[in-house]
Amino acid sequence: MPSTTLIVNGQRKTTDADPRTPLLWVLRDDLGLRAAKYGCGIAQCGACTVHLDGDAIRACVTPLARAAGRQVTTLEGLPKGPLQAAWLAEQVPQCGYCQPGQIMAAACLLAHTPRPTDAEIDDAMAGNLCRCGTYLRIRRAIHRAAGGTP
Amino acid sequence: MRAAGLAAVIAVVAVVACRAPVRPPARAWQAFEAVAGVLQSPRCVSCHIPGDAPLQGDDGHRHAMNVKRGSDGRGTPALRCATCHQDANTPAEHAPPGAPDWRLPPPEARMAWQGLSNEALCVQLKDPARTGGRDLAGLEAHLRDDTIVGWSFQPGPGRTPPPLTRAELVARFTQWKDAGAPCAASESHVR
Repeated sequence: MPSTTLIVNGQRKTTDADPRTPLLWVLRDDLGLRAAKYGCGIAQCGACTVHLDGDAIRACVTPLARAAGRQVTTLEGLPKGPLQAAWLAEQVPQCGYCQPGQIMAAACLLAHTPRPTDAEIDDAMAGNLCRCGTYLRIRRAIHRAAGGTP
Repeated sequence: MRAAGLAAVIAVVAVVACRAPVRPPARAWQAFEAVAGVLQSPRCVSCHIPGDAPLQGDDGHRHAMNVKRGSDGRGTPALRCATCHQDANTPAEHAPPGAPDWRLPPPEARMAWQGLSNEALCVQLKDPARTGGRDLAGLEAHLRDDTIVGWSFQPGPGRTPPPLTRAELVARFTQWKDAGAPCAASESHVR
């Protein structure tokens, strides 16, 4: 099996997993990075969201081969900052299962749109489901992280 | 008297001759109608839309997750097309289909033909201002070479492919183009 090298949270990692393996399983099972969650397995819920070269992707349907030689960032590698602080201040999580994906999507949004409107937040976050229904707190936390009024 | 009668006959014949339909380019138009059947199939029209919300499925329902076209046709921040769509189909039913550079037409050249009649679609395709600057040869190349067009013919489980093969599509487009690209069965109605 050919090996695949990728940069995960700033560190060079090599795996001999099948290049067709979903990136999610490489991150969780091979590299021990368990923040990204398995939800639906078909890119319908967003629980597995990580960044690939700064863009949000669904790791459950992304083959390892796509990440070869590229920068992968998981919640464990996201620099601590106002986003995580806002999540705590707004007490966003309820059960918490979807929240790593929510935060990674929010981080991607803020990187592209530093002061998003409600509509821009809704557009960006619509692919990340929360069965606890924390959407309004998520929106407030994103506004807070952006320095605006929650 | 005889001369007047002859002149009248000639005049009638001339009028009839002018009004008679030119031999209709029926085969070329039939070829275009076959092309239109592909372009109006769900695999094409799901993204060739006038608005900003792409469609999904054979029934053309609105794309889940409120997905939008975005400034470059590749989605919005944190919800790009490539967030979910890979370079190839994901091998599971109801999982995202995939092809390299999955996208909609960009907002400045929407190439929207959802709901158009065949005649209106024909006229649009001949107007480079509404084809992203492509002339007919450019459109022919798009149909023949673009990977996302090629995906349509192998769309993966749960999705009906267009009514022609890709080779048939290109052949009929070329037939129509080379016949002067008529936009009706009769040249008297060619726009």
